Amino acid sequence: MAERERRLTPPYGGVFVARTRVMSAEDMQRATWRMAHEIIERNHGLDGLVLIGLQTGGVPLAERLAEALHRIEATTVPVGTLDVAFYRDDIGLRPVLPEAVTDIPCDLDGRVVVLVDDVLFTGRTIRAALDALADHGRARAVQLAVMVDRGHRELPIRPDFVGKNLPTRRDEVVDVGADGVDLGEMVK
Amino acid sequence: MSPTAGRRRGEHRDLLTVGDLGPDVAGGIDELMVLTDSFVEVSERQIPKVPALRGRTVVSLFFEDSTRTRLSFETAAKRLSADTMTFSVGTSSLKKGESLRDTVETIEAMGVDAIVVRHGSSGVPRQVAQWAEASVVNAGDGWHEHPTQALLDCYTIRQHAGGVEGKRIAIVGDVKHSRVARSDVAAFTALGAEVTLVAPPTLLPPSLDGWPVKVSHDIDSVLATTDVCYLLRMQRERMTEALVPSLREYTALYGLTARRGDLLPEGALVMHPGPMNRGVEIAAEVADRPGTVVVDQVRNGVAVRMAVLFLLLGSGTEWGGGADG
Repeated sequence: MAERERRLTPPYGGVFVARTRVMSAEDMQRATWRMAHEIIERNHGLDGLVLIGLQTGGVPLAERLAEALHRIEATTVPVGTLDVAFYRDDIGLRPVLPEAVTDIPCDLDGRVVVLVDDVLFTGRTIRAALDALADHGRARAVQLAVMVDRGHRELPIRPDFVGKNLPTRRDEVVDVGADGVDLGEMVK
Repeated sequence: MSPTAGRRRGEHRDLLTVGDLGPDVAGGIDELMVLTDSFVEVSERQIPKVPALRGRTVVSLFFEDSTRTRLSFETAAKRLSADTMTFSVGTSSLKKGESLRDTVETIEAMGVDAIVVRHGSSGVPRQVAQWAEASVVNAGDGWHEHPTQALLDCYTIRQHAGGVEGKRIAIVGDVKHSRVARSDVAAFTALGAEVTLVAPPTLLPPSLDGWPVKVSHDIDSVLATTDVCYLLRMQRERMTEALVPSLREYTALYGLTARRGDLLPEGALVMHPGPMNRGVEIAAEVADRPGTVVVDQVRNGVAVRMAVLFLLLGSGTEWGGGADG
């Protein structure tokens, strides 16, 4: 199972050691398809929709969602990426560096933005993302799609589309990779 | 981590020389370049401002006239949502006889997070860094260093030519009195460029020991094999020192005239730290060519300084040490 080095995601530094596989690649694919259908259903189509993947975990998921949306509706949805480092509320408390350059493909004024991330945990990244989005225009609505909702929210934020609800302990770590989702812990 | 930055580890870090970018200077520069990409994106937005350094205060303490560097730092700080103050020496208490140390302590007592220092004497930023709790950024000291200029030059070359490594860079002009040249040589050579200094012997430093550069007194023979021609400002105020017979002779022997501009290979860059003396070190025809990237240098300067201020004040990371610090 996956052992990945994580520099900037909580709890900051160390190597992720997987303990349990909670979703296989096929499970993730099915969840992606379901979420794609839910997005279409909720928005009555794909008019004015734009997917924004959060760096870095949300970016491949946003691309896969866009692919699924294209296969279902034969419409190409613009996909952007967003790095929220400069908007985080823990700047100065822990190491914060951007993972990649933000790329918003179109003006967000009047659009429906679906933020895509791999894991929803405290909600602080999403708060930062909402601030960041506001600097790129006034979206008509912002929705949130995540592969895993692991609970422990610290802010009043909830997802609109969820791949899997996963009860966790606070000190556990959820890792979403291309090959599946693992639950494990960080080893220093 | 440089020795200058180690006094209060993790709380107090400075950028005084290019060498402060970490034990692995090239790695430190590369990391800063990647971070700068993010700030270039921020600068291109409709609202070019992020809240990263909200509540932090950056003060510019300039003992030498400078418009562009001071404005560049202040713009960078403002785009990071930091508050800025300018300590303008002309109207300050230094005129009333206050010592530099008392001035620094007074500024610090107001609670600042970074001090951007320019001074006509080498070493003043280092002295200020020893007194101050705040992070100190050298914005040019004497003939010593101007590290953020070197960083924006590296970024501009990377932007236009894909990278600094392996590039043949000619630095032309008054190397002796140029802090830009010293910082550029340190940064360019660390990144693996081949640097040639082109100047009359009177405008070269007395010793080039330890400078991994070539030297030429004949600009015409160098230009054909140059990827980046970096012109230094001919400092008119130096003319009293009789280092060159006249500005006209300097132009005839070392100026990048329209004819010499044509000797440069296709796609070569012409750079200048500004302000340019058109008709002295650079002909107007050359200054307005597409390969002349002086305006990009200025534009990138803001993003590079945002990256420096963010690394020093916001990121919580060590120079060149990744994010694990």
